[in-house]
Amino acid sequence: MNWYAVRAIYGFEMARFWRTALQSIVAPVIATSLYFVVFGAAIGSRVASVDGVAYGAFIVPGLMMLSLLTQSIANASFGIYFPRFAGTIYEILSAPVSPLEIVLGYVGAAASKSILIGLIILATAALFVPLRIEHPFVMVLFLLLTAVTFSLFGFLIGLWADGFEKLQLVPLLVVTPLTFLGGSFYAIEMLPPFWRAVSLANPVVYLISGFRWAFFGTSDVGVGISFAMALVFLALCLAGVTWIFRTGYRLKS
Amino acid sequence: MQPIISIQNLSKVYASGLKALDGISLDIAEGEIFALLGPNGAGKTTLISIVCGIVTASAGRILAGGHDIAVEYRKARRLIGLVPQELTTDAFETVWATTSFSRGLYGLKPDPAHIERVLRDLSLWEKRDSRIMTLSGGMKRRVLIAKALSHEPRILFLDEPTAGVDVELRRDMWRLVRSLRDKGVTIILTTHYIDEAEEMADRIGVIRKGQIILVEEKAELMRKLGKKQMTLNLQEPLIALPPSLARHDLILKPGGQDLVYTYDTKTRDTEGERTGITALLADLAEAGIRFRDLQTSQSSLEEIFVDLVKERA
Repeated sequence: MNWYAVRAIYGFEMARFWRTALQSIVAPVIATSLYFVVFGAAIGSRVASVDGVAYGAFIVPGLMMLSLLTQSIANASFGIYFPRFAGTIYEILSAPVSPLEIVLGYVGAAASKSILIGLIILATAALFVPLRIEHPFVMVLFLLLTAVTFSLFGFLIGLWADGFEKLQLVPLLVVTPLTFLGGSFYAIEMLPPFWRAVSLANPVVYLISGFRWAFFGTSDVGVGISFAMALVFLALCLAGVTWIFRTGYRLKS
Repeated sequence: MQPIISIQNLSKVYASGLKALDGISLDIAEGEIFALLGPNGAGKTTLISIVCGIVTASAGRILAGGHDIAVEYRKARRLIGLVPQELTTDAFETVWATTSFSRGLYGLKPDPAHIERVLRDLSLWEKRDSRIMTLSGGMKRRVLIAKALSHEPRILFLDEPTAGVDVELRRDMWRLVRSLRDKGVTIILTTHYIDEAEEMADRIGVIRKGQIILVEEKAELMRKLGKKQMTLNLQEPLIALPPSLARHDLILKPGGQDLVYTYDTKTRDTEGERTGITALLADLAEAGIRFRDLQTSQSSLEEIFVDLVKERA
């Protein structure tokens, strides 16, 4: 293992994060605070509790997931796309580094950033609503799994994209709708039966459900199923990345 | 001695169908400066890119330091530093950070003293804390060289190192290349500039349409360079050369109208005369051959190059 290379890539990516601290940290915090003002305070005060949890608190796991998904994808996709766009990827390709080391560096950094942002949002939320975390270990597990899985997914997008529009396309057209329809702001059982069935095809439902279970002990689907689904997504993303490095697709001509 | 780089039957066909390299075989000796000369689109950059691992070969095999670049890619790549043709640098990182990053990428533990030495050698020390995007084009090229030298490579590829570079930097570059060679680093450079190849290289290879059409010691090419030709336009065409002129290096052109004499400007003949022209003219007068006109011409490396490239078009 070339650990110096992993450290170099990881350090490079984290330096970018701190350099753009304003947009990478402050922006999500402001966005989350706005959600709390609108959904938590304005609307939430008129909504009865969901599953015995005050609405303001109920949306916290979903909001964290929303940030976790978007930040993981944005950071990882930009991290690998930009060197491809600027041409500096030549150095990564000609260095004695294995695909595993490249992924560890880029995806590790993207996951670290989004976990950090998730925790900052959790801290921000604690200022607005009283929170409890019933299963802290499971909560950390889901946090890690989601951050790593979606950073891998973002890495895939960054490898696939051949323009800045495509870099935005998947997050905008696929991930944001899936997250909003994944039960960030409601319990799935609040939906009519048909849409409830449709929702079960949405991968994000399982992540949010499992994450919410870790907080409040209530969930839309069994936590075991959520965990299994999270592992399936992780495996799918790993397979995609492996395939790209095997074939050199979009990396080497 | 085992070559430090051995390229065997290398071919590359791009997905577009473009055949960039066509059965290239080439050995580079350790410690030499090898110049790869060729027109645009000849395959110079493709060749370098394959050796460095940026482009995958369609066929063929490459050994660097005895290691197959596809199988033992770590061992092979550790030996190689690459300075690309394009100014592909990060924008927001500092000179120090980007150079240290390169060293880490190659699996070497941080060595601030080495990085400092590299930056000082390239007159970048004062700029070490500057963001790369604030640097001039020439400075960015120095940064690319610093990155390539950060991991102490034994083989250095310079892809068009002096294209679009001012005179001062060009001189600096040549000086640097020589000092690296003195330390035992093997250098392979591509260039459009024939004088650069003449100035720097130990050996010169000419590549055209994906094929190596000539590899020669520079000294040998320079010997060719030293040759001149004198053409005599005769008043009366000759059917054959008279025997009395056989001792001269003469060729009678088809048609019998022109006599071509090839001579060396750098050696002297047995009679102590520089070129042998006086003796030739005396022998011509004695044989009763008169001429209307004469021209002399010098074959430069540039001409050799242009001829080679045209010949096979």
